[in-house]
Amino acid sequence: MSQTTSDPRYGLKPPKRPMRISWSDERFRGIVWQVVVVAIVAAIFWWLWSNTVRNLEVRRIASGWGFLGREAGLPIAESVIPYDPTNTYLRALTVGVLNTLKVAIIGVVLATVLGTVLGVLRLSKNWLVSRFVGAYVEVVRDLPLLLQLLFWYAVLQGLPGPRQAVNPATGVFLSNRGLKLPWFEWLDAHSWALLACVIGIVLTLIWRKKALARQMADGQPRRVWPVALLLCIGAPLAVWAAQGAPFSPDIPYLRGFNFQGGLTVSPEFFALLVGLTLYTAGFICEIVRAGILAVHQGQWEAAGALGLPRGRIMRLVVLPQALRVIIPPMTSQFLNLTKNSSLAVAIGYQDIVSIANTTLNQTGQAIEGIAAIMLVYLTISLSISLFMNWYNTRIALVER
Amino acid sequence: MSVTVNHTPSPALPPPSRVMAGGPLGWVRANLLNGPINAAVTLLLAYLVVRYAISFIDWAFIHAIWEVPNDRFGRPDTALCRDNKGIGACWAVIGEKHRFILFGTYPYEEHWRPAIVCVLFIALYIVSAMRRFWRKELVLVWVATLTIIGILMWGGVFGLSYVPQERWGGLPITLILATFGLAFAFPLAILVALGRRSRLPAIKALCVLYVELIRGVPLISLLFMASVMFPLFLPEGMNIDKLLRAQVAIILFAGAYLAEVVRAGLQALPKGQYEAADALGLSYWQKTGFIILPQALRLVIPPLVNTFIGFFKDTSLVLIIGIFDLLTAAKTSIIEPQWQGFAVEVYVTVGLIYFIFCFAMSKYSAGLEAELNRHRVR
Repeated sequence: MSQTTSDPRYGLKPPKRPMRISWSDERFRGIVWQVVVVAIVAAIFWWLWSNTVRNLEVRRIASGWGFLGREAGLPIAESVIPYDPTNTYLRALTVGVLNTLKVAIIGVVLATVLGTVLGVLRLSKNWLVSRFVGAYVEVVRDLPLLLQLLFWYAVLQGLPGPRQAVNPATGVFLSNRGLKLPWFEWLDAHSWALLACVIGIVLTLIWRKKALARQMADGQPRRVWPVALLLCIGAPLAVWAAQGAPFSPDIPYLRGFNFQGGLTVSPEFFALLVGLTLYTAGFICEIVRAGILAVHQGQWEAAGALGLPRGRIMRLVVLPQALRVIIPPMTSQFLNLTKNSSLAVAIGYQDIVSIANTTLNQTGQAIEGIAAIMLVYLTISLSISLFMNWYNTRIALVER
Repeated sequence: MSVTVNHTPSPALPPPSRVMAGGPLGWVRANLLNGPINAAVTLLLAYLVVRYAISFIDWAFIHAIWEVPNDRFGRPDTALCRDNKGIGACWAVIGEKHRFILFGTYPYEEHWRPAIVCVLFIALYIVSAMRRFWRKELVLVWVATLTIIGILMWGGVFGLSYVPQERWGGLPITLILATFGLAFAFPLAILVALGRRSRLPAIKALCVLYVELIRGVPLISLLFMASVMFPLFLPEGMNIDKLLRAQVAIILFAGAYLAEVVRAGLQALPKGQYEAADALGLSYWQKTGFIILPQALRLVIPPLVNTFIGFFKDTSLVLIIGIFDLLTAAKTSIIEPQWQGFAVEVYVTVGLIYFIFCFAMSKYSAGLEAELNRHRVR
């Protein structure tokens, strides 16, 4: 070993030979091939581009992003930010992006929770439970998502009208107008309390890190949950109470042929969310199961030998190791869910695809419309990838 | 201080109860009723499963309506079904519309042609799935079958009447999109995967760009591109029909995903295989064709089949650009006023068709995985 490394020739590359202009020289061939391929690709794109320019001229289609500032005149049923048809196309597209993000974020959270629970249940020692979850996964994964979305939408539309709405709890109504939930009037005090809660979570995380560091130093475990309770629940409550604890419930009620008040979940959004969640949960379940199975049986046995109960083995020993296997495929599932949310257009939920599609139909500017869709999804995909890669390196095995 | 050590051994404990082992009763105890929580979960789940299974059977079979009479205009009268809504299924809609769902607007007297096409496709899949037939001749079988399918669908020769492509629909369209899509996407994927691992920077960059761009956007945006943007790309007077444009979009999309699967196989191959091939003095294409690809593809057959399942399902997305595949036909079949509101029945039936195809593929993939990994099991 030391002999090799001390050898002065070690690590030297062979001397560079001058390239010969001959077909028998590998490097020359490589350069010729690359030039040929790039030239062909460039020629194809140039041809398409020149056709497009000519077609746009002939059909008198304007190009450029000027239409973004014009009045959209397209109605949008549900929106996170205030919007009306007299707003510009830019605002309409923004509403679309926010609607996409809304369904994607809620969907990712719900699918992760449901999928993880199902993945653990799939490995249950209870035969009925594991078979039941297995059957669910098989059915959900072998049917096209679009079919499932149409199915859920049809089921929701087949529900009785508001007057005969299903009413499982006070203030909760499920009808063909969607889901109605009790809510409350959102006041400034609530915003402050929410802020306090976020700060509390951050402080708790810092506290936990310090507690762990001190436990590493002296071996004494410290309780984190009382602090967490105080910071995450107590402090926001105190902030809310300090402002007079305002609370005015907004419970939906039936008036005439429709509901008044409350929080509305439209049938389109509800069907999309249910479909996406159930579908993606099926895939996440299998990923979690494979991840847990990938942890060596010896880890279970060693942790058991230390006297840890099964639940703690799972939480402290197996899951942290399984996460390393789980995270990369999970990332692609999150990306899939986000991209699949574009199927919303088939059931009439107005996400970015739906609104961009209407825009391009109204303005005739197909290239810009589709470019907008692609740009939005590329940005979202890239952000999720970057975040998950960061998380993945954080939990990756620190090797010596 | 003296320490006394007790040398008398403690009496042996009785052996654990043997009730848990053996027999169906023992199995039930071990797998369903071990511990009070598990027993409670089992009972609750069993109750729910049985209850919903009974109400499903009630809806789907016992209270279902299988046929409806015609009204005085000769149209089916669905009043009976409407009264029965929520109580029993109305399978009469399937009886009335199954030809339309399966074959779309293909001329009614000629339905035997798409029917044979579907059978041919299925036979082609089965033959391709058998390892006995994994030979070079299989390519010829594919070419021959796809040619026959083309002749049957279009007609215009051998006394078959000509059917324009706009009238095709239903299951054949789904099978055509999936089969032709994969048949063309697969070679493309192999080239791209090789390109991505190439040492030539320009080719590598092109392949990375292609794969990452396609994988970053949803299939719908590509389909939209094919349906509204593609006509702008072509010189005037040159027209490619919509089905072909959608087919190209699916090929490009599938190519990027399959390329990543193939690349995983190329990466998993030990470096020694590449070096040994180089040492024999094989050229790049000899090395790739004889040494690398046969091993790399074998490694990734199970994930390839899983990707195939994904694309089979994804062909249904052409509904959004209005191409008449199985799902579109199903959705269209319930547009008539008298059949409106029976979507669930139609979707359940179409779902069953998709399920049969995908389930067969997924079971096949699992079996193949077990078979190919047999040498690893100790």
